[in-house]
Amino acid sequence: MNTLPFNAVFTLAWRNLWRNHRRTTIMLAAITVGVWAMIFMTALMRGMVDDMLLNSIRSLPGEVQIHHPQYRDDPSINNSMPAPSDNLLAALQIPEVVAWTSRVRVPAVISSERDSRGIVLLGVEPSSEIAVSFDPDSIIEGRFLEDSNDRGLVIGAKMAEHLETRLGKRVVVMSQDPDNNIADRGFRVVGIYKAKLVSLEETYVYAGRDTIQKLLNIENQVSEIAITGEDYRNAYKWYPQIKQAAGESVDTLPWYEADAYLGSMMSMMDGFVLVWVIIIFLALSFGLVNTLVMAVFERIREIGLMQALGMRPAMILYQILLESFLLLFIGLLLGNVIAVASIIPLQSGIDISAVAKGMEMMGASSMLYPALKVEDMVLANIIVIVLGLLTSILPAWRAASYDPIKALNSN
Amino acid sequence: MSSVICKDLCKTFQQGDEIITGLDKVSIEIDKGDFVCLSGPSGSGKTTLLNAIGGLDTPDSGQIFIGDEQIDTLSKGELADMRLNNIGFVFQSYNLIPVLTARENVEFVMQVRGMPAAERSTLSHSILKEVGLEGLEDRRPAQLSGGQQQRVAVARAIVSQPKLVLGDEPTANLDTHTARQLMDLFVELNQKHNITFVIATHDVRVMEYTKRLIRMEDGKIISDEVQSPLPLGDGYKDVTGRATHDAKAEG
Ligand SMILES: Nc1ncnc2c1ncn2[C@@H]1O[C@H](COP(=O)(O)OP(=O)(O)OP(=O)(O)O)[C@@H](O)[C@H]1O
Ligand SMILES: [Mg+2]
Repeated sequence: MNTLPFNAVFTLAWRNLWRNHRRTTIMLAAITVGVWAMIFMTALMRGMVDDMLLNSIRSLPGEVQIHHPQYRDDPSINNSMPAPSDNLLAALQIPEVVAWTSRVRVPAVISSERDSRGIVLLGVEPSSEIAVSFDPDSIIEGRFLEDSNDRGLVIGAKMAEHLETRLGKRVVVMSQDPDNNIADRGFRVVGIYKAKLVSLEETYVYAGRDTIQKLLNIENQVSEIAITGEDYRNAYKWYPQIKQAAGESVDTLPWYEADAYLGSMMSMMDGFVLVWVIIIFLALSFGLVNTLVMAVFERIREIGLMQALGMRPAMILYQILLESFLLLFIGLLLGNVIAVASIIPLQSGIDISAVAKGMEMMGASSMLYPALKVEDMVLANIIVIVLGLLTSILPAWRAASYDPIKALNSN
Repeated sequence: MSSVICKDLCKTFQQGDEIITGLDKVSIEIDKGDFVCLSGPSGSGKTTLLNAIGGLDTPDSGQIFIGDEQIDTLSKGELADMRLNNIGFVFQSYNLIPVLTARENVEFVMQVRGMPAAERSTLSHSILKEVGLEGLEDRRPAQLSGGQQQRVAVARAIVSQPKLVLGDEPTANLDTHTARQLMDLFVELNQKHNITFVIATHDVRVMEYTKRLIRMEDGKIISDEVQSPLPLGDGYKDVTGRATHDAKAEG
């Protein structure tokens, strides 16, 4: 007899919930909109940060990168390393690794008849470079490199503009070999690419890896090995294996360690999501507590009656909490459905170029792709349910602790 | 065997600086199947005594036994269980849970006790028929008249065969005619089911019905007499309402 008769309590909770249609509907609408705002805004913020991070990770060194230990302090050709060992090649076969590539990456100067610019010269192996980072669709004129021996050069649209050069023209690239001798050679521009960020177009110039190795006289040495997985957030899971295979003589770093700023941005984002969800919840909780306090206050007499008839206080508590749970549950259900329904049509991107001017510096592009993460939805739902029930305990407890005689005689 | 035994019950209330006597050394013994009326002027302690017997309130001193269980020593939770299992209540008003239908109100106590649905349904059906509410089972309290609501409350109070049914001014909000019908129902159920009834009232119409009339004043029992109750249904048959006939025909 001390077990709670769930059916009886459920019936009471459900019917009482709909007793004041208007109040319940308003509260439901508030929860729904709140939950929608939690999920929708989180997806937008995530989308923005994802975009910044991915732009950085993809256009730079990959999710996990291997360098000569001094390379990060001095990215010169002196700090290059041998091509991947057999041991490392074997480790790169693990299923978590989606693609990898090795590059020569040195500072250089590019000159046309009109102008000269400092650049980062990338000697790449085209097919694996495409798998790791380069988007072939970004070529707006000409073609990308065909193989490591390609003698052509691919430059950014902005760079072409600066140099006042164009497809088919010759330019000169100048750098230093390990003995500090000037190494230069002429290249024909075979492709022009457009990047999400103008700064990338101005910085990166692509050439064949073997061609650059010959130019710099470094045999098969490379500057970096870049590796990508399924999701950049999961890099922490698999990078230790690679690190072990790569050995002690090189630096193997996941992106968030290689670039502490990017790394902190992701954890900051997690914090933002939590704060955002909690702020909305706080706003909701006032309405929720008010609704329950009113609902309990209006029912003092019948609560007294139920206690007089022998319903234990725990059962009253349970009934009010169940009422709150039902309200939260329906609100969550609607909020989630509406959030997902409003994000899906935006998956192809929202054009924010009008408001995003100046954001490029921060690494954002002019299209925003909302990123709906299951983890964020779960977080929002758990917070609403758990904190919602916790805030309901107070009014429920008050209801349960009424003295039956006083409650029955109150007006 | 006695259904209720009270020994030297005392209860005082503090109101500001004043100490108000609710019960002053009240002792009574009520037999099983008895029909007792507590009468007396307003403030004489009728409700206080009923609340103590029903386990809604605890006396300052004295002992109360319901059947052979001493209840003045029970904790709040134990008292709730005691009420659930032993006592049927009929209050003056606001007896029913508004969101439940007549049938659900009647079944509520049984449901909280954990009785299987089929058994509950059979019992509630027959008891609602017995109190003359056949056909109104699925109405909510707001859709029933005051007299009908009290009948539902009576049905709920007796449906699980409690040791004791307590009524605190159950007829106070009813007109004379409806009050008599309700009292007839009480008497009928008392005789038929041999359930003990204790009704508090200062309504003379009600007192006529009881076998035993206890008068209170200032928290004391001043008289306790056995009387011959009014014959069932007397005095209103010619002014009658159909419900009474129906109830009696079927009962
Ligand atoms: N909670 C309380 N606080 C203070 N005094 C109370 C309380 N309950 C009852 N009393 C007092 O105790 C006395 C007995 O009250 P009780 O309600 O038992 O009288 P009653 O006989 O039921 O009266 P009525 O016929 O008006 O219902 C009264 O003087 C009343 O004012
Ligand atoms: Mg009273």
